[in-house]
Amino acid sequence: MSVGIQPAGPFEQPASFAFTPANRAEADKIIARYPAGKQQSAIVPLLDIAQRQADGWLPRAAMEYLADLLGMPIIRVYEVATFYTMFYLKPVGRHVVQVCTTTPCWLRGSDAVLGACVERLGITPGHTTADGQFSLVEVECLGACVNAPMMQVNDAFYEDLDAGSTRAVLDALARGEAPAVGPQNGRQTSCPEGGPTTLTTTEVK
Amino acid sequence: MLRDQDRIFTNLYGFHDWRLAAARARGDWDGTAALMANGQDWIIDQVKASGLRGRGGAGFPTGLKWSFMPKKSDGRPNYLVVNADESEPGTCKDRDIMRHDPQKLIEGCLLAGFAMRAVAAYIYIRGEFIDERRRLQAAVDEAYDAGLIGKNAAGSGYDFDVYVHHGAGAYICGEETALIESLEGKKGQPRLKPPFPANVGVWGCPTTVNNVESIAVAPAILRRGAAWFAGLGRPNNTGTKVFCISGHVNKPCNVEEEMGIPLRELIDRHCGGVRGGWDNLLAVIPGGSSVPLLPKAMCDDMLMDFDSLRAAKSGLGTAAVIVMDKSTDVIKAIARLSAFYKHESCGQCTPCREGTGWMWRVMERMVKGRAEPDEIDTLLEVTTQVEGHTICALGDAAAWPIQGLIRHFRPLMEQRIADYKSRATARAAE
Repeated sequence: MSVGIQPAGPFEQPASFAFTPANRAEADKIIARYPAGKQQSAIVPLLDIAQRQADGWLPRAAMEYLADLLGMPIIRVYEVATFYTMFYLKPVGRHVVQVCTTTPCWLRGSDAVLGACVERLGITPGHTTADGQFSLVEVECLGACVNAPMMQVNDAFYEDLDAGSTRAVLDALARGEAPAVGPQNGRQTSCPEGGPTTLTTTEVK
Repeated sequence: MLRDQDRIFTNLYGFHDWRLAAARARGDWDGTAALMANGQDWIIDQVKASGLRGRGGAGFPTGLKWSFMPKKSDGRPNYLVVNADESEPGTCKDRDIMRHDPQKLIEGCLLAGFAMRAVAAYIYIRGEFIDERRRLQAAVDEAYDAGLIGKNAAGSGYDFDVYVHHGAGAYICGEETALIESLEGKKGQPRLKPPFPANVGVWGCPTTVNNVESIAVAPAILRRGAAWFAGLGRPNNTGTKVFCISGHVNKPCNVEEEMGIPLRELIDRHCGGVRGGWDNLLAVIPGGSSVPLLPKAMCDDMLMDFDSLRAAKSGLGTAAVIVMDKSTDVIKAIARLSAFYKHESCGQCTPCREGTGWMWRVMERMVKGRAEPDEIDTLLEVTTQVEGHTICALGDAAAWPIQGLIRHFRPLMEQRIADYKSRATARAAE
């Protein structure tokens, strides 16, 4: 099920939607990946492109546009858009902060990460700041468990967090900067901290 | 410990360049056409002889799975679908393969797809892995440009396409038939089996769904020989495995090790030990959130492979090792997994849709001790009513962690209930 995020305030559904020429070309490329007549397979990737074009959420007009484009009944598009958690049917903040609190992250201190977000942003999960800059949401496992705790902000994973580095990431985003993604403690991806215990005896290019 | 020269994923951590030229220098795409010239049956026989079992959780023999695909087409094309919807809590190994060693996966797609007479592979990557998706697409583009896939792939005379497809946030799409539904552009709700995907899969065509790691190790097996792979680990539990060790260890990490490595050696050698030392260990979930936990006493001599963990009434699953030290409220740790399964149930089958919510609500009370002692038996009973009574294994996956908790930590749960009752009595007396 799609996760509920309350928008910053009242909003209106745009009257119409159409892909930009660049997005339309990208959509055609994606549709061509599937066998003839099976263009419905492209719905999830195309909803993703539409959501990016429409400032991070899916207006009804965008879903209607895709139903036409792919020759699908509109109800099939609604079914998909409401089934997957990454689609938002109401406006969200410019930065959607998704804090993983599933057990591997919880064991490593996701409570502190979520707490830092609540404190820094002044909102509880499921809400958007009044200025429309940030939405906060608690999510299930994002698949970076050896770099726990972690959060995803829009496309980027921030890993190996604590309260301080969480605040630092949010501060940087608020200033309009793009903080470095990945581990926030200086470590190399999923390698043990301090250096690898393997592949130390062979020459690898 | 696995020797460095026996490791398959030589760029697991991304210390080196992921691009095609560097991957080729590390040995990928070396003599691929010559391997294919040995024929489809040879490839499947080699994979069978290697003992490779599926790396996505169930551990089904990979070569046998490939042999189920029709050898003669009835007019429908065959497809390979790669399950890159890595979402099992604790698991983050396929992510490293796709972002750091993507050519191993792409070459594996060609070899496996050829063996199964498939026309194309679709790699279904979870929606949240956005950077990884872009990286994988760039690697696929490079492979096309170099003539390694597409028409006359790698000079083999065989035409084969590789496509990257993505989801949008749904754990259930890691179940192979839900993944197929999702790939067809629908809600990811599992299908009844039979028919099995090898007969009726994506778009009604014969389909095999394999995990990323299963496919990515295939080129190394064919190049170095089935006997080499089979010589690692123990019979029926062969080869190397990427382990993901998370939780209360000093240095959580991914690491490729020999199948069957002792759990303690895995943690001590690669993760700097359990936080506070081995004796500070409380329990380990050895194979991703779905498998029952093991208390410390069972961890002391546990071997990390399919058969050893199954004998301990747990499982290797995805080899995601979640470590909990003595500071952990283990009831809360499992209750959080119950919340996960409630959230991720697709809602199709009643025992799962209703059962996951029911189990989670009771688990939340168990965390506080706000329950009657005989409710532990009721909870256990309900887990058995969910288990095995649903279309897919999500119901089982929701039941097993709770069964493991009750099996090994029942006295703790009873103590929690007794403590709550005595506090309530004291409050009433005030």
